[in-house]
Amino acid sequence: MQLLKELCAISAPSGSEGKLREFIIKNAEGFCDEIKTDSLGNLIARKKGAGKRIMLSAHMDEVGFITIAIDKKDYVAFSEIGDVKLNTLTGNKVLFLNDKTGIVVEKVEKPIKPSDYRIEVLGCKGESLYMVNVGDVATFYPAFDYNNNFISSKALNSRMGCYVLLQLLKEIQTSKNDLYFVFTAQHQIGFRGAKIAAAQIDPHYSITIDSAVYNDFADIDSSVSIDMGPAVKIMDSSTICHPKIRKLLSEAAEEEGMQIQLEVSENFKSAGSAIQTAGAGVISGTVSIPLKYINTPNEVISFNDVKGSIRLLKRMCAKEI
Amino acid sequence: MLERLSNAFGVSGSEDEIRNILKNEMSKTCNNITIDTMGNLICFKKGENGYKNSIMLSAHMDEVGFIVSGITKEGYLRFKTVGGIDARVIVAKKVVFQTNQIKGVIGIRPPHLANDDKSQSVNVSDLYIDIGAKNETDARKYIKEGDYACFDSNFITFGNRLIKGKALDDRIGCFTLVELSKFSYPHDIYFVFTVQEEVGCRGAAVAAYNVAPKAALVVEGTTCSDVPGTDEISFATRLGKGAAISLFDRASYSDKGIVNALVRSAKKNKLNYQFKQTTFGGNDAGAIHLSEKGIRTGVISVPCRYIHSPSSVASVLDIESCQNIVKNFLMSEVDEECNF
Repeated sequence: MQLLKELCAISAPSGSEGKLREFIIKNAEGFCDEIKTDSLGNLIARKKGAGKRIMLSAHMDEVGFITIAIDKKDYVAFSEIGDVKLNTLTGNKVLFLNDKTGIVVEKVEKPIKPSDYRIEVLGCKGESLYMVNVGDVATFYPAFDYNNNFISSKALNSRMGCYVLLQLLKEIQTSKNDLYFVFTAQHQIGFRGAKIAAAQIDPHYSITIDSAVYNDFADIDSSVSIDMGPAVKIMDSSTICHPKIRKLLSEAAEEEGMQIQLEVSENFKSAGSAIQTAGAGVISGTVSIPLKYINTPNEVISFNDVKGSIRLLKRMCAKEI
Repeated sequence: MLERLSNAFGVSGSEDEIRNILKNEMSKTCNNITIDTMGNLICFKKGENGYKNSIMLSAHMDEVGFIVSGITKEGYLRFKTVGGIDARVIVAKKVVFQTNQIKGVIGIRPPHLANDDKSQSVNVSDLYIDIGAKNETDARKYIKEGDYACFDSNFITFGNRLIKGKALDDRIGCFTLVELSKFSYPHDIYFVFTVQEEVGCRGAAVAAYNVAPKAALVVEGTTCSDVPGTDEISFATRLGKGAAISLFDRASYSDKGIVNALVRSAKKNKLNYQFKQTTFGGNDAGAIHLSEKGIRTGVISVPCRYIHSPSSVASVLDIESCQNIVKNFLMSEVDEECNF
């Protein structure tokens, strides 16, 4: 849990995953045979084994903000990085990568687009005191809470996957299969990291750890619920789980004697779509963890679901395929 | 040279004329020239120091334009735009057809008949090209469906070292590559002139796959809205303030090493530069950086006011800044993985 909290506290908007990548390298060293960073910033850690090449991936990056100008009143005009929920912005604190604090304010009543907002950088006044420059990026301010197995924080939708991969790295002593743990970059702006990582590794099988996004107030009942265990993403609007992966995960769950949920949704896209069609094509599927309030400062998940997905994947990776 | 490039025909999918001019120019400076299946022109220049790295410089040859989709009984031409063109910009503009240099004018219903429609918006489907034909039969003597036209606009210089012409996006990039090919570099350089950028960066995807360089730099003409009625934060770029280095747009997040190397190159040589201050839009970098296993990619652009119109305007100062920044950038030393 402490590790997850530390992962969530780091600011890593898409394209600026450096700090988080270094933190993950520090935690992965000693638990893998090879580790490297590619041209886009993906971190690829390998645990060698004689069996099949399996790519396990989760994204590092979170949504954020990029400075496009400082206006005449010393406020930051910004664009969003990734799918920031604009209607939840007002009054939120943000954290720039240079550790400066910002506050999102409304420039106009009823703001509807990023240019209707500004960020006040605390202490920024007059050109000599500009504390951010064009291109500087920020994320929501870290705030991690825990109660009765439920966690709220920014960036959970990425960091829970990183946490799962790091735990698997540590818990799997020797591997039957050739395991590639991939911490991908630039997910929130179109699964860009996942696409080229898959092309480099050319795995026999790929499993992505991602969110099963849902909302208790949606018109249609969701196929998954929070705190009911990890899910296998059968289908979303971008990808359909390969039957082989579905079978492997179902068998692993049975062997482990655990419940899994089956996710079918039509509103969200996931990185499996980019991996599936990378290179000459990859047999691909996704283990999804139910998550509420995506891309807001306070996403909510159950820690039990996270632990369940680690158990499930550990069992699956140990299988002879 | 830039004048010749600007005036040449090269609407997306029909880049023969511009490609021939460029091929001829590049054959004077490069070791090897190929044209791939899509029509990309790939010119290779061997590095001097035997460095292992290869860098791809890319500019697109194609321009936005028009394609005939039908002919009315009265002899007017229905058309579609090729690439993103603002319908407000093209009313009453002259166009010229590729095959036989036939001239035409883009027409719209006169304003006194348009009073039933209070909105100011113009749709391409309301417009037609008038080539002065008597009727359909007469028009068909000269034009058939699928024929291409581009803006009919001559390149001029004016004002304070400014230029005006069509297709400055991206003949400025092509011009820059031609000029840069005259120097020698420590790295192997591929000068790549891509096709079909304006319709979805199709050429670049194929070119990057074939060339498979360690790093790539896209040289573009980009939007510039430092004009009356625009809020200063929405300028995107400013004319005359130097080449614009891209950080992040809809299609790609520029490689930070390349961005830093471009800035270093500008500062060291006291050249003006600016960052592009908008995240809208995208260009060939989107296709290149995700090619196969990934390629470190950056973008540098020359600001163009009234882009995608017959009268794009750019500053010679920005063109020079761009050329010199890139030239010095290409001299920089990099490690085996092409970390700038």
